[in-house]
Amino acid sequence: MASEGRAETLALREQFDTEEQQKDASTLGMWIFLITEIMFFGGLFLVYIVYRSANAGVFAVASSSLKVYVGAANTVVLLCSSLTMVLAVRGAQLGERKTIVLFLILTLILGGVFLGVKAYEWNEKFQEHHVPGAAFHFEGLPPELQGRAQLFFSLYFAMTGLHAMHMVIGVGILSVLIWQARKGTYSAAYMTPVDVSGLYWHFVDIIWIFLFPLLYLIDRHLGK
Amino acid sequence: MTEHIDRVRTYVLVFAVLIALTVLTTAVAFVDLGPFSVVVALAIAVCKMLLVALFFMHMRHSTRLTRLVVLGGLLWLIILILLSLTDFATRTWVGVPGR
Amino acid sequence: MITAALQEREHYLNASYGIKSWLLTKDHKRIGLLYLATITLFFFLGGAFATLIRIELLTPQGDLVSSETYNKLFTMHGVAMVFFFLIPAIPATLGNFFLPLMIGARDLAFPRINLLSWYLLVIGGLLSLYAMLAGGVDTGWTFYTPYSTSYSNTWVIATALGIFVAGFSSILTGLNFIVTVHRMRAPGMTWFRLPLFVWSTYATSVIQVLGTPVLAVTIILLFCERVFHLGIFDPTRGGDPVLFQHLFWFYSHPAVYIMVLPAMGVISELVSVYSRKPVFGYHFVAFASVAIAVLGFLVWGHHLFVSTQSLYAGLVFSFLSYFVAIPSAIKVFNWTATLYKGSISYDTPMLYAFGFIGLFTIGGLTGLFVAALGFDVHVTDTYFVVAHFHYIMVGGTIMAYLGGLHYWWPKMTGRMYPEGWAKLSALVIFLGFNLTFFPQFVLGYLGMPRRYHVYPPEFQVLHVLSTAGASVLAVGYVIPMIYFIWSLRYGKVAGANPWGATGLEWKTASPPPAHNFDETPIVTHEAYDYRAVMGEVEVG
Repeated sequence: MASEGRAETLALREQFDTEEQQKDASTLGMWIFLITEIMFFGGLFLVYIVYRSANAGVFAVASSSLKVYVGAANTVVLLCSSLTMVLAVRGAQLGERKTIVLFLILTLILGGVFLGVKAYEWNEKFQEHHVPGAAFHFEGLPPELQGRAQLFFSLYFAMTGLHAMHMVIGVGILSVLIWQARKGTYSAAYMTPVDVSGLYWHFVDIIWIFLFPLLYLIDRHLGK
Repeated sequence: MTEHIDRVRTYVLVFAVLIALTVLTTAVAFVDLGPFSVVVALAIAVCKMLLVALFFMHMRHSTRLTRLVVLGGLLWLIILILLSLTDFATRTWVGVPGR
Repeated sequence: MITAALQEREHYLNASYGIKSWLLTKDHKRIGLLYLATITLFFFLGGAFATLIRIELLTPQGDLVSSETYNKLFTMHGVAMVFFFLIPAIPATLGNFFLPLMIGARDLAFPRINLLSWYLLVIGGLLSLYAMLAGGVDTGWTFYTPYSTSYSNTWVIATALGIFVAGFSSILTGLNFIVTVHRMRAPGMTWFRLPLFVWSTYATSVIQVLGTPVLAVTIILLFCERVFHLGIFDPTRGGDPVLFQHLFWFYSHPAVYIMVLPAMGVISELVSVYSRKPVFGYHFVAFASVAIAVLGFLVWGHHLFVSTQSLYAGLVFSFLSYFVAIPSAIKVFNWTATLYKGSISYDTPMLYAFGFIGLFTIGGLTGLFVAALGFDVHVTDTYFVVAHFHYIMVGGTIMAYLGGLHYWWPKMTGRMYPEGWAKLSALVIFLGFNLTFFPQFVLGYLGMPRRYHVYPPEFQVLHVLSTAGASVLAVGYVIPMIYFIWSLRYGKVAGANPWGATGLEWKTASPPPAHNFDETPIVTHEAYDYRAVMGEVEVG
């Protein structure tokens, strides 16, 4: 295991002895990063649980003002992007450059669509005065419950906002990957960046899988 | 760790189930299940999470260490939520003068 | 002749020159030194705030600074010391430098991420520094809502963002260490051959990775509430400020163990080397680190005893808090047992180790006092609490940090520090520390509240004692600063293993070559096996 004089390659950095060691280390590093993300969103989920259990009725009413079909459609978009992402990773495992690029671009487009729909929803909230702050007003709730409705929308914006932030970062990562993949950086022997970026993308998808029912589907039968 | 390359068919099948579960959870939300509507929604979400993690994130091929890391993360999430709830769930149990 | 040989041999310090070779380095040893310089700056900055606080408290009246300025002083003292000195202190400097060496690796698993995490600390530090220079912040280092979100007119956002960014530095360091310990150990370096410093740093990394993200999201929510007027913790909209405290302390209580666990690791190394015995009950000490990391996450509610937290939660958290005493006591007893019939030498690092054991014990036992629900209600927010956590953080962490710095200085620089001056300063620090903080236990017990800049005249004697001690302590901290710099040029040249220690870091040259080891070491024996080094001890 001579370290001196060995040329450093992307697949084998100088601090590692074998390519397998490097790949294992990168994958483990990504998973550890993902558990930090679990804890990051975990704090939000705790806030959600505490406030929803204290204000169940108001949360159901406020939640019902969200358009459930838009949320469901966006869930489908995100699931599609997960499928294209995993196919891109599969392309990388096989070392097929064109497959990687194609599916990464599809993932990027679907991610963009998700963010576009999100922007549309947010914009709607601004027009409906459902954004927390001085101008907030939720029709059909007495004044003493307006604050509680603000609490729901505060959480709505914090949770979807932080999720969207992760999507934006993911779109940035995808752009770099596409650029690198077109140059032919990735092969069956070296595809760790595609692999770990895939992990990140799927994780962001999982967060949405929980956000969708928690924010959009609270006691729909009560709200209407 | 040898590379596992899954078939495209597997991925498409998982994807189809995920879409079906999304439709299911949306539809069920309009049915009055009382307190169980949350339980059902979360159960479906957990199923979807497992599908994504096991198949798309390749956890069914991953090392014991990776699984340990993920389980550890989830355990800590449970610690955060459960110990906080020892406070929020018991606030009204006993009347303290001045509170 | 030795000096000439030293200068000719290539090592990590002379492998390349110029400012770029430092700012773009991927060498964990150089990054360790960058951290050392950064946190030293913040230590003296935090110390300057502490000095002003102590001078103000010389008299019962508020005559040096206004109460607003005083609020800013103790806040900025806390922010600088906790987030920019204590948290990175041992893991990011000594850990960065020695963790790869101790496990026989060429570098950390992700050297670029390691450099990034230093830059994040610097960016976070600059943001907070900017806030301090622009006008300061007065919320206390805990940023309790709703004061921090709705009322304070100071630089809350910049400070909080600085801490947010520095938090990522901490997360990435922890992530890097965990992967490194799992994947980069030299052949034969099994888990139970790891030096105990590696065990405790590993446990610390687990806390950093699991705890810090919760602080990050809490700060984000605070930010959103202040800037975008979201109402997450706003009581006027049904929000619960106590929820903020839960989230904050979910990180910040374990953060105490981020500060003290690596310190315990250093002490394990020191106690073993200077009594020339393996650490008594190696497995127990190793697992005690892991146990502290886990238990540390189960006790945060003891910071909320006098908030509106439910009484039942108070009981649960008070009960759980006692369990932290078990692994902590295991460590203290095992260090003491290591000393038994050891061949003890009283070099400076060992003096710091003795200081640590004594002071940490006092800090830990008073920790049991304040963990007790009934007693804590009496001393909450008094100087008793202030004294307690300074015994842990200053008496514990800084003692061990200085001990470790002296112990490893010859390895880092290739030079010995002057032993006489070092012993003197260790003594001065120990005396100054106790004179500063012991009177504060008494003050607190008598009812002196923390964070007040005026107080009843009957407390003045104790406050004057404390300020006198702080002056002595300041002198004690400046002396090492001077002789460490002096030793870089004039210190005696150190051999590869001046202490006759067993760790892999002593098997390579001082200072180590850029790639740490000329050939990958193969480990064949347990840690602290002094029979193995008998033959090779050189006279420094």
